[in-house]
Amino acid sequence: MKAVTRLGGWAVSGAVLLLTGYPAARLAAQDTSAVDRGVRIGLTYRPGVRPGMVVLPGRGPVLDSVRAIVARDLDYSDRFELITLPGGDSLRASVVAPPSPAATPRGGGAAAAGGLNYPLYQALGADFAVTIAPTPGDSQVVTVHDVAGGGVRREFRVHLPALTDPGFRMAVHRVSDRAIEAALGVGGMAATRVLFVMDGKVYAIDQDGADQRLVSSSDHSAMSPSWAADGRRFAYMEFWEGHGRLFIQDVASGKRTAVATSGQALDFTPAFSPDGKTLAFSRATEEGTDLYTVNIKDGCCLQRLTVGRFYDNLSPTYSPDGQRIAFVSTRAGLPQIYAMAADGTDQQLLAPFDYGATGSSNAPEWSPDGQSVVFHRDVGGTLQVFVLDVRTRAVRQLTSVGRNEDPTWAPDSRHMAFVSDRSGYRQLWIIDLETGRIRPLLQKSGARLPAWSPRLPETASSTP
Amino acid sequence: MKRLSLLLLGGLAIMAVAACGGKKPETTPTPAGPNADSLAAAQKAHDDSMRAAQDEADRKARAEAERQRRIADSLAALGNTTAAVKTLLATLIHFDFDKSIIRGGDAAILDQKVSILQANPGLRIRLSGHCDERGSDEYNLALGNRRATAAKQYLVSHGIDAGRIETASYGEERPLDPAHNEEAWAKNRRDETEILAGGDALKQP
Repeated sequence: MKAVTRLGGWAVSGAVLLLTGYPAARLAAQDTSAVDRGVRIGLTYRPGVRPGMVVLPGRGPVLDSVRAIVARDLDYSDRFELITLPGGDSLRASVVAPPSPAATPRGGGAAAAGGLNYPLYQALGADFAVTIAPTPGDSQVVTVHDVAGGGVRREFRVHLPALTDPGFRMAVHRVSDRAIEAALGVGGMAATRVLFVMDGKVYAIDQDGADQRLVSSSDHSAMSPSWAADGRRFAYMEFWEGHGRLFIQDVASGKRTAVATSGQALDFTPAFSPDGKTLAFSRATEEGTDLYTVNIKDGCCLQRLTVGRFYDNLSPTYSPDGQRIAFVSTRAGLPQIYAMAADGTDQQLLAPFDYGATGSSNAPEWSPDGQSVVFHRDVGGTLQVFVLDVRTRAVRQLTSVGRNEDPTWAPDSRHMAFVSDRSGYRQLWIIDLETGRIRPLLQKSGARLPAWSPRLPETASSTP
Repeated sequence: MKRLSLLLLGGLAIMAVAACGGKKPETTPTPAGPNADSLAAAQKAHDDSMRAAQDEADRKARAEAERQRRIADSLAALGNTTAAVKTLLATLIHFDFDKSIIRGGDAAILDQKVSILQANPGLRIRLSGHCDERGSDEYNLALGNRRATAAKQYLVSHGIDAGRIETASYGEERPLDPAHNEEAWAKNRRDETEILAGGDALKQP
């Protein structure tokens, strides 16, 4: 026991040095960071700010991959101080040795708890520990330990597909979300993908930057991908002979259908209603640009929501209850953010601005929790991301480094993907509004117009 | 050709007569004097008719070549005109940042388009509006639409039937100059004119 204590003491000092650090949580969401190229070296360990989390090594190459993906997901959730185990293999071995590999799926809590050295992990700063162990069958048991409480918080069995299976990563991301849910009782955003446009084509990528795939199939130039709330479909626009045509694509099958009422005008910026029955979009005609809705189930019932004539209305986004639509309007001159009832009535200014002083505001997206609307605004000739508190109408600037635009919410309503040229060229970044931490999502030039998915249902995960 | 063969037939007939004439002295012993003369005369007549036929053929060939040249020349002239009119029609108009108002100098370019459309009633065009990269990607589709519509309204207000002009917008998706500076941006804020129909043979206004 003495040896363990000594080891624990050594490990704590090692951990303090090696722990990955974060900008302080209370500096919340002020993008004052210098360019972060994905390597974090500033070690400012703040015990007590966020619970410590350790993901323990598994057995075999598959579980090593699983552990690596889960650890990164938990890190990227920005809800934990992720604790990396200090030392080399000998320490790892001594750390790993105690847990019983034969954690049984049922009634295994006691066995696993008995095997895990809680005081050691507590000394390392961990409040939670996650173990992933193989079972005699073809499945794995994931255990979320409450280190501080000295017991098992939750244990669940998963059937992970083979490493080479296209659904492998998404299945592991789902494990991460269940672990977050078990530890904190909140939903994560690990099992999500981000759609974006590059070179006129639509791509999808996991939120951790892995598994980028082309999802649009035609030679026509595409814009403005947008998810349905169930994560099974997405919509986007393509240029066809001077017109803008809207398409809805099924994620699982990859099959797409043209929106029936579209193709004879310039239709763009599609947005699904939360119930998935209606598609709102912008239509540009010689009268200007206005908002319309169409019943996508029956491909009918085109309805006009705005009548601009001498100004434009565009870029609709539904509130998550489906009652309101926020949009951009140039009715006061420069484009600004307005809102209306979903049937087009009760139109009013949403994001306050100073006439003649505030720059153009565009690209609104209503947060999944309904409390905020994020958009970008021209500040001194460049664009910055702003977030509006829907209840108080307070507007807060989130970014200040470089040009930042086209923000899109993660389903946890605290992370956001956006386009920024802070590194010298335009690429996709993710910001956590709680901690202000920023990481690159895709280090490729020219990626733009991101759309973050809701949590993806299992049946829709194979593609994209 | 028909006349040429008739002439040849005529020549042969003369030769046949001459041949017959040539045989007669053998049966009727008359002096053989005129024989040489008549042969020469026949030969001369034949040569003359052949020459005439040849001259006629040459003259017709020359006329035909001349006619072909005239057609080619006029076709070329027509082509040159069409190309010139197309170039004129394709002249870009440009806009100020985030504006869709036709600039004073560009009204003359639109007046030219009015004249071309008036001189060529079969001509149908599409005006497409474009933007620089500074504004928002999606807003620029609406702005490009305003730019195309502004030019169309100008043409329609100068008497062109609205049904002959389509409008489109590509926002900032198709820059002419991909550079990131004011010079490139100024080039990219534009309306393009594209021929949809009736552009095979255009008349100069």
